[in-house]
Amino acid sequence: MLYLKNILVTKKSLLEAVSFVLAKDECICLSGPSGSGKTLLLRAISDLDEHEGNVYLEEKECRQYTAPNWRKQVGLLTAENYWWHDRIGSHFHDESDTQLIANLSQLGLDKSILTADVNHCSTGEKQRLALLRLLQNNPKVLLLDEPTSSMDPDSVRRVEKFLTEFRHQHQTSILWISHDPQQIKRIADKHLQIQNGKLIEGPVA
Amino acid sequence: MNIITLGYIDLIIAALLVAVLALVSIFLQLNLGTKIVIAAVRTTIQLLLIGFVLKILFENSQISWVLLLSLVMLLIAGYEIMARQTHRFKGGWAYGIGSLSMFISSFTITLFSLIVIVQPDPWYQPQYAIPLLGMLLGNTMTGISLGINHLTQTTVQIQNTIEAKLLLGQSWKQAISDTQKHSVRVGLIPMINAMAAAGIVSIPGMMTGQILSGTAPIEAVKYQILIMFLISAGTGFGTLAAVYMSAQHLFDKRHRLRTDRLQYPNK
Repeated sequence: MLYLKNILVTKKSLLEAVSFVLAKDECICLSGPSGSGKTLLLRAISDLDEHEGNVYLEEKECRQYTAPNWRKQVGLLTAENYWWHDRIGSHFHDESDTQLIANLSQLGLDKSILTADVNHCSTGEKQRLALLRLLQNNPKVLLLDEPTSSMDPDSVRRVEKFLTEFRHQHQTSILWISHDPQQIKRIADKHLQIQNGKLIEGPVA
Repeated sequence: MNIITLGYIDLIIAALLVAVLALVSIFLQLNLGTKIVIAAVRTTIQLLLIGFVLKILFENSQISWVLLLSLVMLLIAGYEIMARQTHRFKGGWAYGIGSLSMFISSFTITLFSLIVIVQPDPWYQPQYAIPLLGMLLGNTMTGISLGINHLTQTTVQIQNTIEAKLLLGQSWKQAISDTQKHSVRVGLIPMINAMAAAGIVSIPGMMTGQILSGTAPIEAVKYQILIMFLISAGTGFGTLAAVYMSAQHLFDKRHRLRTDRLQYPNK
């Protein structure tokens, strides 16, 4: 489980220090107006920005892990995704991995997409591929920044179903930024809202 | 062989050529007219000044004076490297990295060549030490500043990609590795090109100078080869050091990309 203790994003954030616990196999949805500090909070948790406060994963504080190891275990999927090789498949450790191929088909993608040029994939396809790229590290915690924002309703449902099954199976904790009340209703165990710089519990259903 | 000494009239005639160029560029509105004049005046003053300094230095070649002049040259070179950066590091880092790399590239190589190769007596004889150091500083400066500039500019451009790599658990070394290698190449290519073209496309300046002053061509060539190799080694090691130090300073201990350590132009 992940425990946040007085996390204060230092970049002039309007968000007050936050503390909460994300249990194993739990999915918490985070919502709030644009610019309220949701993304910065996720960046702080993954230790990508300087911040105050402590984050603990399974009782161990973030700084007790090396930074690369921490980010492998606490995986952040950013709202926009970036690719550095020409081919999609070059971003994966093992393109013939049976689990990867099974995951692709569960997300509605054909395995031939691995040989595709990054520039020829749609935004929605790249969002799903970036999720699978992140899952290669077997993270214990997933921080998802609007992971379905550019997808058609069908793909949105596939991703939700896939992630829900995935977290039950691997006991993964998920912190999911979403603006869609319907989506929150479908996936969340708990809903945290940012209002006027404070984190408060919001409605799930 | 007699050396033809130049009179001041000869220099004025050459200066007229530059003046005509300045007039033409004003006429074509290239916004270069005043720059050309200022640069020409700087060249004249700076070279006359170093001429006098060398004259005095040659007359009483004490190690302390040689070292002092070397130090001044090094610090100015460090400043020049900093001034050429689009995104320079904040604080003393821009200056520090530049000067330290110049020290590696020029000071140590000059020292090495004086003690091991040329072996003048005494080893710090200014007639050898100062021109060698000057050649090295002037030439390696270009490679080092190109290398650092490419590294910082590319990093600013692709910072999202570098962060994406960090988020997948790459170390800072892995995340910047491609950019780092490319920056070293950018710094070294002018020097490699210069070596490849030397003697065919261009007769290098040092060799030209020696031939004009009456040295036998083969002797001049040997010195030129020596200096080319020294410049290559200096540029290579200096650029490597500068790019690696800069890359390290772009990240903190928690492997976070710190573009906030860079200054942005016009800000």
